[in-house]
Amino acid sequence: MKVFVALAVLVGLLFAGSLFIGPAGLGFAESLNAIFSGKEAATIVLVMQEIRLPRALLGAMTGAALGLSGAAMQGYLRNPLAEPGLIGVSASAALGAVLALQTGVAAAFALALPLSALGGAALAVLLILALAGPRGGALTLILAGVAISALAAAVTSLVLNLSPNPFAAMEIVYWMMGSLADRSMSHVWLAAPFMAVGLVMLLSLGRSLDALTLGEDAAASMGVNLNRLRLMVIFGTALAVGASVSVAGAIGFVGLVVPHILRPLVGAQPSRLLPAAALGGAAMVLAADIAVRVVAPDQDLKLGVLTALIGAPFFLHLIWRLRGAEA
Amino acid sequence: MTLLSLNNLTVRRGMCPVVENVTMTVKVGEFVGLIGPNGAGKTSLLRAALGLLPFEGTSSLAALSPRLRAQAAAFLPQGREIAWPVTVEALVALGRGASLDRDKDRAAVDRAAVDRALARMGLQNYRARTATALSGGEQARVLIARALAQETPLLLADEPVAGLDPEAQLKTMEVFSALAAEGRGVVASIHDLGLAARSCSRLVLMQAGRVVADGAPRDVLSDDNLAQVFGVRGYHAETADGPVFQPMSVLR
Repeated sequence: MKVFVALAVLVGLLFAGSLFIGPAGLGFAESLNAIFSGKEAATIVLVMQEIRLPRALLGAMTGAALGLSGAAMQGYLRNPLAEPGLIGVSASAALGAVLALQTGVAAAFALALPLSALGGAALAVLLILALAGPRGGALTLILAGVAISALAAAVTSLVLNLSPNPFAAMEIVYWMMGSLADRSMSHVWLAAPFMAVGLVMLLSLGRSLDALTLGEDAAASMGVNLNRLRLMVIFGTALAVGASVSVAGAIGFVGLVVPHILRPLVGAQPSRLLPAAALGGAAMVLAADIAVRVVAPDQDLKLGVLTALIGAPFFLHLIWRLRGAEA
Repeated sequence: MTLLSLNNLTVRRGMCPVVENVTMTVKVGEFVGLIGPNGAGKTSLLRAALGLLPFEGTSSLAALSPRLRAQAAAFLPQGREIAWPVTVEALVALGRGASLDRDKDRAAVDRAAVDRALARMGLQNYRARTATALSGGEQARVLIARALAQETPLLLADEPVAGLDPEAQLKTMEVFSALAAEGRGVVASIHDLGLAARSCSRLVLMQAGRVVADGAPRDVLSDDNLAQVFGVRGYHAETADGPVFQPMSVLR
């Protein structure tokens, strides 16, 4: 329980930090007033309600989605190297967004880009269900995911390759780095229902994933419906990650690293890791998003770049320790 | 009372039957040893009986819903998997289908079952140890304790004593005998014919997917059966410590 309380407090603090830290340099009291009563100067209200609040909310939401789906994916595949992008949803959602940017649809109306990304994610789910559908084991799922990811990445490269407009190409490249800057409440409302359904689906899998610790046969003999479990993992991850990519782009390493860090703290039980990873993911993305504002306020440092920059060395450190433990 | 009844059970891998027309029942109080050479169909028979493999014919367990089946029979698979470094206690508690910190009445019942399972396997001092850090034999005992914690009328175990030290082997067989004596049933596939002859109340001998002998250990381990199925000659003796059987030499 202590771990969960500590993580929740951490998320709360970082959420507040995300609200109150930014280039506008607003005071604490006026920021609070602006959010809750709106009785401040119009610009301050605008900054708080239209810029900082959606940014903080999206940080917490995408972080929770990535952390939780990473934990669920690792639990289902019984592999600590699994990550939410494994089933091809991230790459396909990115492709949907890239197509929207390239064709100019993204400029047509505000939510065209995230909607196009969600379409890409949905397509990936249909493909993966056709390939690794109602029957088929974990290996089929991984291979299908790898193939779909590769295909989506190839088409994305093709779009960049053939792009006649260097500015569109730049825009695509920047978008793919992942960011929470300049998002609005409409992004929050678009992503929230998908993420909520995905998170609830994944959080309900704790006991099944616990039983799966002993292998598929043992889990099945203990009453776990493996087919249902697989579908729940695929749909839950697709909803959570598809929605998160559609509003924030590709934010790497959160889904891989967060479950890793927290696993020893929850006794390695998947059922306890799920909620912990959701909180931990939210904390990590909120912290990284504060960092990009503080470290290089003028450079528009991309969130995805930072999470990978922090995540990869951390991961190397974990592997270093693991190497010692296994020897 | 019958705990398991299989009727004309056939399992095919492709076109080739790996279990063919097996009809058998397991009753309360029986400790059935499932013996036969590698590839005889022992594992497939156990998995199909639980409905984990597609099969033809009927199995009373496979006909149950997954939840009821989990209450009727526990299964110890041959592959000893422990994916995450959980504690021994948490792992054994998986047999209760719940973590230890759920609603209070149920939690007390679960905790007591976990305690009994740990005590039976002599693992009380291992509670807080990390399961993945234990030796292979210790892990095997922990996994047996997990199956015991399910406290089902029937236990199906696939090679439960393979890789255990002599003490753990004998203890495990004693635990299974005790379960049978308490009015439950055990079916265990086993390669050590000497252990099977001493501990099991009944042996089922399989060859190429078929049951070729079923009955009291001394009758099943006849010279003819041993020669035909295993290609070995054995030595039998009745001692003050019970029956002794030892395979002696290869015949073919």
